Amino acid sequence: MGLKDAACVTGIGETAYVRGSRKSAFELQVEASLKAINDAGIHPSDIDGVIPIGIVSGIAEDFVDNFGIRDLRYSALIPHGGASPVMALQAAATVLATGVCRHVLITFGRNVSAGSNKAGARIHNMPQFHYVTEFEHPLGNSAPAQIYAPMARRHMELYGTTVEHFGAVAVACRAHAALNDNAIMRTPITLEDHRNSRMIADPFRLLDCSLESDGGAAVVVSAADVAADGRHRRVFIAGVAVGHPDSPVSITQRPDMTSLGIAKAAPRAFAMAGVTPADIQVAEIYDCFTYAVIRQLEDLGFCKKGEGGPFVADGRLRLGGALPTNTHGGLLSQAHVWGLNHIVELVRQLRGDGGRAQVAGAELGLVTGYGDLGDGALAIMRRA
Amino acid sequence: MSERAAKPEVVESALSATYWQGLREGRLLLQACGVCGALRHYPRLLCTACFSDVVTWRAASGRGHIHSWTVAHHAFHVGFRDELPYTLVTVDLEEGPRALGRWQGETPRIGMAVRARFETAPAAVELWFEQDGLAR
Ligand SMILES: [Zn+2]
Repeated sequence: MGLKDAACVTGIGETAYVRGSRKSAFELQVEASLKAINDAGIHPSDIDGVIPIGIVSGIAEDFVDNFGIRDLRYSALIPHGGASPVMALQAAATVLATGVCRHVLITFGRNVSAGSNKAGARIHNMPQFHYVTEFEHPLGNSAPAQIYAPMARRHMELYGTTVEHFGAVAVACRAHAALNDNAIMRTPITLEDHRNSRMIADPFRLLDCSLESDGGAAVVVSAADVAADGRHRRVFIAGVAVGHPDSPVSITQRPDMTSLGIAKAAPRAFAMAGVTPADIQVAEIYDCFTYAVIRQLEDLGFCKKGEGGPFVADGRLRLGGALPTNTHGGLLSQAHVWGLNHIVELVRQLRGDGGRAQVAGAELGLVTGYGDLGDGALAIMRRA
Repeated sequence: MSERAAKPEVVESALSATYWQGLREGRLLLQACGVCGALRHYPRLLCTACFSDVVTWRAASGRGHIHSWTVAHHAFHVGFRDELPYTLVTVDLEEGPRALGRWQGETPRIGMAVRARFETAPAAVELWFEQDGLAR
């Protein structure tokens, strides 16, 4: 038994994405969860598997408690930062393919406006960051922008990747966010705006960095036979895989800091789905930083290592380009909910519900997750 | 600003206490496997070559080459606000492992030969690097 086409994403839900929400992370998570459950056409108590994302909002028992789930058959915590939502798709597909569960809820909520949960402070509370916290934080290497910057710098020096290449990613995401009523940053930007934005951690400028935002997002994943009774055209998980870098230690310690876990996962997912990168019509790529998109496109096999910069130039990632990417605006311009919004958007595209950002005729797409300094995951989805 | 905000404090563990004691004495100490001799950094429980937990310590020369670098222009911790902009370098030590340090000097280049030095900060000793071959 394999995972190919064994599970479908049957429900999607998102709150409004904002800054300064007065709702708690759990309230946002519950709101998104109920929307996803309703979208799937099921009752909250029909959920029999729960995978809460992250450590700042509800745990499985909170959903049992609030949703009246009488017979929870599976729960898991996947502690890999922004890679967790797509890794959770793999976990969900596994328990759905094997008959353990019928409907698995993957759900996330966050409220960073309170201040105590900002990226710089937050990661040092995560146990897997203990090397960074002990040995690098006291030297001033605190936040993801600083920690990831040397990877981008090395890519620039080894391969000639430029500021304009980073800018092309930022401009594409913003152009798509401008079409999305639930995106936080909707004013279009130019390459010049990108270049002129203030430097945060060289080579990352402000417009290379993802947003901090409040909100919740959730999906329901159902067994493929159960999903046949759902409200929407079925969106199958055709291929899914995860990968970890050779070392989980801080990025400074990686043998090759320009290639990460998703490079191992990509061939597995493409082989499972029986497709190649050239078949992908729409991509939602985890974009904590502009550079992360360029590097993942290489690791996924869309282009060779070092060619990601030229690959994204000339509008390839924009609607109408060869590989429309982050059609919702991404973490860079829509909102940062650890990439669960990327899964939601891919499902929307494959249902044909992409609104003004719809990729015409999209039948096959890809979503990635990236977190914890190098863990990666991807899911390839196709519509029925 | 008259009062200088504190930097994050170093929280040592039993595994790393020797490393930090070395820095305070002006030495960059690396773990060396007590069985097979393989070097490792940052300090951790097991040798990844032979899985022994027997540890000895070896002083690195402090010499190496720049692997990559960044310049921080935004302080994500208030303790660094007065030091902006500051440069961080990752260094391939000549013994093999890689180290992170603060940087003193002109803009670094990948591959540049560097050497370590140690600066006493209010809460701890900091590892710094500078271009090798320049007069001190
Ligand atoms: Zn050994």
